[in-house]
Amino acid sequence: MKSTEDKDIITQVTAGEYKYGFVTDIETETIPEGLNEDVIRLISSKKMEPDWLLEFRLKAFRHWQSMEKPQWAHLDIPEIDYQKMVYYAAPKSKTSGDNEEDIDPDLLKTFEKLGIPLQERKQLAGMAVDAVMDSVSVKTTFKESLAKKGIIFCSFSEGVQEHPELIKRYLGSVVPYTDNYYAALNCAVFSDGSFVYIPKGVRCPMELSTYFRINAINTGQFERTLIVADDDSYVSYLEGCTAPIRDENQLHVAIVEIVVHDRAEVKYSTVQNWYPGDKEGKGGIYNFVTKRCLCKGESAKISWTQVETGSAITWKYPSCILAGDNSVGEFYSVAVTNNHQQADTGTKMIHLGKNTRSIIVSKGISAGKSQNSYRGLVKIAPKASNARNHSQCDSLLLGDTCGAHTFPYIEINNETAVVEHEATTSKINEDQLFYCNQRGISTEEAIGLIVNGYAKEVINKLPMEFAVEAQKLLQVSLEGSVG
Amino acid sequence: MGKETTYLNLFRNYREVLRQYSAPLMDSKREAAIGLFEKAGFPGPKDEAYRQCRLDALLEIDYGMNLYRLSAPPHPSKVFRCEVPSLSTKLFFVVNDVYYPDPDPQKLSEGVLYGSINAILREYPELMAPYYDRIAGQSADAFAALNTAMAQDGFLLFVPAGVEIEQPLQLIQLFHGEIEQMANRRNLVIIEDGASAKLMICDHSMTQSSCFSNQVTEVFVGKKARLEYYELEMTHPNNARLSNTFIDQQASSSVFVNGITLNNGVSRNNLNLRMLGEQAESMLSGLCLLDSHQFADYHVDVEHVVPQCTSRQLYKYILDDESRGVFAGKVLVHPNAQKTSAYQSNANLCNSSRARMNALPQLEIYADDVKCSHGSATGQIDENALFYMRSRGLSEQEARAMLKFAFVADVIEGIQLIPLKNRIHNLVGKRFRKQMSACAGCDIC
Repeated sequence: MKSTEDKDIITQVTAGEYKYGFVTDIETETIPEGLNEDVIRLISSKKMEPDWLLEFRLKAFRHWQSMEKPQWAHLDIPEIDYQKMVYYAAPKSKTSGDNEEDIDPDLLKTFEKLGIPLQERKQLAGMAVDAVMDSVSVKTTFKESLAKKGIIFCSFSEGVQEHPELIKRYLGSVVPYTDNYYAALNCAVFSDGSFVYIPKGVRCPMELSTYFRINAINTGQFERTLIVADDDSYVSYLEGCTAPIRDENQLHVAIVEIVVHDRAEVKYSTVQNWYPGDKEGKGGIYNFVTKRCLCKGESAKISWTQVETGSAITWKYPSCILAGDNSVGEFYSVAVTNNHQQADTGTKMIHLGKNTRSIIVSKGISAGKSQNSYRGLVKIAPKASNARNHSQCDSLLLGDTCGAHTFPYIEINNETAVVEHEATTSKINEDQLFYCNQRGISTEEAIGLIVNGYAKEVINKLPMEFAVEAQKLLQVSLEGSVG
Repeated sequence: MGKETTYLNLFRNYREVLRQYSAPLMDSKREAAIGLFEKAGFPGPKDEAYRQCRLDALLEIDYGMNLYRLSAPPHPSKVFRCEVPSLSTKLFFVVNDVYYPDPDPQKLSEGVLYGSINAILREYPELMAPYYDRIAGQSADAFAALNTAMAQDGFLLFVPAGVEIEQPLQLIQLFHGEIEQMANRRNLVIIEDGASAKLMICDHSMTQSSCFSNQVTEVFVGKKARLEYYELEMTHPNNARLSNTFIDQQASSSVFVNGITLNNGVSRNNLNLRMLGEQAESMLSGLCLLDSHQFADYHVDVEHVVPQCTSRQLYKYILDDESRGVFAGKVLVHPNAQKTSAYQSNANLCNSSRARMNALPQLEIYADDVKCSHGSATGQIDENALFYMRSRGLSEQEARAMLKFAFVADVIEGIQLIPLKNRIHNLVGKRFRKQMSACAGCDIC
């Protein structure tokens, strides 16, 4: 195959369209744009928050003002005017969400269009959803049936009202407000998100899921998710997200905190599909997310799986603090960038306890004019004897104008650690393509096959419904980019 | 800016002295360099490139500098030996930062220039102007800038086109004297098209006082030229070495670099290699054997600017006691550098609970038709292998030494000068058996 022909096919394959770019015309209650202490007080009062939470927000805001935005990532982030943004937007007809007839039909339709039916009878059995639009949670399904097992699954705001003692105990315990620039911003203005508590010994019978949707114009989404898995419990949690097509960039700054106690296990899967901007790099979401899990108890386990296809800029490092002895951290990631997208993503594995183990599998795919970086830290603390880590970071380049980068940091402070890291960067093997062609498979299909095979190790870790979705997404994201 | 002020003032107060004692070409680069140094300042813990390399305490020391070019009395060749048995090298000496005239009357091939950089720049300013400070001047490194501003002497080797020097050349850089001192050593190596040379630079110290060597070596390798470049450090715990080596490689050239750290205090070695011509080939390797409080930090940057070049890196560390090792290797492939093949490997053996290792193997790739990979692994001696050897009657110490030896063998085997390879074998073996305290082969310490 001639290289120009290859190039054409790659261009075709990566030229896929964003399917979720519609806007719901719904009346939205917003507050004036700008960011100051009054705005924070206003958000807090709208959510009827207790004083300690307002105090927490204000402390975070004051700290944020003293911080500078991080420059170390391999990203070109345009100046963001934080005063030109709206920090709270709520679809107006929002109800308590207890009764499904109460939900605005427009909202129902929106989520249905996104493939997230909010009526329990329509849902796939075995999945409970918390649907969040802009700054508020619209509806949480299966809340009651989960409550029977003692599981708390509700919007964050509801959690604050109904389980203040839990929120107070865990909020900021994994990601303190001083952690980083974007985390501090989130702590000051966070809106809604999900709160999950799995009591001792309970295995959550269904997948819990949150669907984030940005709808309103000129707003940022600042959600906050807190998951606590008590001793011997298990939960699998999924997260999905989309946004309308707009020429302006919108900001998404989130925090996810997870606490895993003795012998508990949390599986956290993300399919991130925020609007990536158009082919010229106009518009798209800036996705600056702090995700961290504290494996507090012994033999605790966390598994992060992420499929990143959206966002104009991604800055995201789901991390594991393996504090409990024998705890396990896993990170599986596929990051696809196309057109002018930029991604700087990876993980941190911080081994504090004895016999802790971690594995990192990161697959980057870059096409178009995009830049895709893996950045990861593996740190073995002096007392973490017999720690074990294996990292594998592969990058696949489709096209000669994209970039793929690997920045691993390995810090070893204990002699009994065994840490391995390997990375490769290459384009699709011409022999493989030739082999497929020879068998009558077109180059375009062959590339689809090879890319899916390449990402399979990660996709296999996703819950089934998500895996199918992710596979499709991978194909769409790369549509028109084969070469 | 406290520590910088000392050097800035020193520069301003002694500007005339610097001018008086150095070649006009050297002097012409000083103002720009000091400006860069003033702007950048010494790197602190917030500088990504020096995050793991703490130099604060070392820079607190009030070092003396030999600005008036006084020479220490005995000629080093009388008191110092760093012989490689059965390898007849041509020897050169730089003591502190003063080049000592070559006592050996036998000249190298026609047209080859070697000796004091200061003298040669004075004598051949036109020939040297395209080379001196060409690469270092583009660097953002504060230490390289400080060197350009303050350096007064060092070693220069110029091999004209087509000349092949068979005999290995050996440069010995020594510290001598009782005071705490800083030496800004400046070396320049030019291998013109089709020429070849083998150069070995050994760092030693004949004093126990705190010494700081801030050295810059610029290397130009022309088309189809070949260079073997060895560095060996055998100093002592009070020695600090900050080395910036810049290598520019032209088409179809071949560069082999091997750096070995056996005894030292704090060492930071920046190696920057640019591949500027197609079909160039490079092999960079290094070995650090660290114990007690030794610290060694290798920063290797390989830049593939043009297509069809091959680079390989192989760096190994063995850490004992409270030593610390840092390896940061980066491969940068420019947008049009297609058909690049780059491989980087780093393996570390950690033998003590207080030893620390940081590894940052990085790839930054902007071209798609490339084969780039890196691997980094840190672990300890395999207990099963140890048990096997002990069951064959070897003592634990001997078994460990053998296993460590096997671990580093591929770096040593890569050395192309056979006598040097044997010598390193010997030194490393002694080191593992703890039979060597400081620089073996020297009469003084």
